[in-house]
Amino acid sequence: MAQSHVRKRAAKVAATHLTMILLSIVFLIPLFWLVTTAIKPLPETVAQPPVWWPKHPQWDNFTKAFVYDSDRLGYIPFLYYTRNTLLLCWLNVMGTVLSNALAAYAFARLKWRGREIFFLVTLATMMVPFPVLMVPLYGIFREIGWVGTLRPLWVPAFFGSAFNIFLLRQFFRTIPFELSEAATIDGAGEWQIFASLIVPLAKPALGVVALFTFLGTWTDFLGPLIYLIQQKTFTLSLGLQFYQSQNGGSEWNLLMAATTIVVLPVVVLFFFTQRLLIQGITLTGLKG
Amino acid sequence: MTRAEREERDGYLFVSPWMAGFLLFILYPLLASLYYAFCDYSVLRRPIWTGLDNFTTLFHDKVFWTSLYNTAYFAVFFLPASLVLSLALAMLLNAKVRGQAIYRTIFYLPSLLPLVATAVLFLWVFDGDNGVVNNLLKLGGFQGPGWLSDPAWTKFTIILLSLWGVGNTMIIYLASLQEVPESLYEAAELDGARAWERLKAVTLPMISPVILFNTLMGIIGALQVFTVPFVMFPGGQPADSTYFYTAYLYDNAFKYHNMGYACAMGWVMFLIILVLTLISRQLSEKHVYYGGG
Repeated sequence: MAQSHVRKRAAKVAATHLTMILLSIVFLIPLFWLVTTAIKPLPETVAQPPVWWPKHPQWDNFTKAFVYDSDRLGYIPFLYYTRNTLLLCWLNVMGTVLSNALAAYAFARLKWRGREIFFLVTLATMMVPFPVLMVPLYGIFREIGWVGTLRPLWVPAFFGSAFNIFLLRQFFRTIPFELSEAATIDGAGEWQIFASLIVPLAKPALGVVALFTFLGTWTDFLGPLIYLIQQKTFTLSLGLQFYQSQNGGSEWNLLMAATTIVVLPVVVLFFFTQRLLIQGITLTGLKG
Repeated sequence: MTRAEREERDGYLFVSPWMAGFLLFILYPLLASLYYAFCDYSVLRRPIWTGLDNFTTLFHDKVFWTSLYNTAYFAVFFLPASLVLSLALAMLLNAKVRGQAIYRTIFYLPSLLPLVATAVLFLWVFDGDNGVVNNLLKLGGFQGPGWLSDPAWTKFTIILLSLWGVGNTMIIYLASLQEVPESLYEAAELDGARAWERLKAVTLPMISPVILFNTLMGIIGALQVFTVPFVMFPGGQPADSTYFYTAYLYDNAFKYHNMGYACAMGWVMFLIILVLTLISRQLSEKHVYYGGG
């Protein structure tokens, strides 16, 4: 009896592994195709029967893709895309963490008239789809001459957003109020309590917000597409789409090399922040 | 100044950036777009009130209906498929076997990649002559379809590659599965419940709030699908089979400078989202169990 139970359990484990290995292969095929194509010489990309692994990996495909068109343009476009993307990520992370921490502090730990109603209104804004706001927002930024600059893509971050406020408020509420009380008795003002008590204690939650913001900015496409005009100001996502629309369908190896360049930092970041990221998603899903 | 007064003042101070952001970047654009929806407007000239004109035009606009149909088609097939796949993956990841961290990474990573990169990659993965999918099918002796060129297949292609990105939803399910008390399963097993019955009687009710949450997020997301079709199928080619709602809205706003019309489309989308949300909340009332949390 006990032995058959053990055997049954072993069979179940083996079946689970088999299923997951097969699924893993399916999930990995596109990435395999991405990386192998990126290092193939051009003829091998269209060879029949297909070449599964390049005989002579062409590592300089990456440099070729990176400096593409720079002779004609007089600058390296992908260098500019990378710089712009990093700049936007940095500004958005700073702005988002700061503005949302302040708002979340007001909602979580201060009493003021209208707080409950404004919090409900804040939550309701999450329902509004971006395409509804797109045209008037464009109108505002055009009016003040910001279209064609990076500003529409980072200035709003300094004013907060509902999702992040919600996330941080949940976390701030779990910090014992006795700590604030004690600090008040010691003569600390709200700003001091916020900056030297709450923020240090809320580092994991702020880290989650920073990480989500970084990823969101890195991958955003519609925003840059609407506001950016000159190639020099493009982000990596927009730059990759531009590159594809100009040169797609011929040099697949270079296109895949460029795609790898855009994808790689996200993959690296993932491996360093996996824990925090998964905790963060869990937080949003379960408490949502 | 009393302590309560000070707290009141500080509350307003702390919330003031967000208050300004809300007024400037949400409330004003929302009201403005409602107004523009009833106007003939492009940023180049002042809006002219035209009453319901945009909406009547919309009603008779064949492309509008095509884009709505394409988007609904995507949502109707993608949402259930994504629910089943992400939940199945989460349940596999929740099994007590070795190597889960590796499997989790493999299933999750694709959802993290920039959508533009995913779209460009799949142009090559699904390439009719030299893509990996048709190459593999050829190995098995099959002639693969025109994933990107045959209007009968293109929407299915978008659904397939979107399923590649279910990782985020999967993680949310995984977290909720881990919250289900082990004792419930043990009790069910003692009562002789089979795996399928345990799923129906324990797992699904316990995680039902999360299913509702993911479904609502899925609906809102599906209606706004833009990047993948925009990058892979410029202009909704072939034969408008991939012209999605948000892409048509974008084209109206920024290609044809019919911004009033685009706002009308935006509000129609907003209303659809509100109605669908209300319906799913109503439907779920009987089936969602909030006792767990």
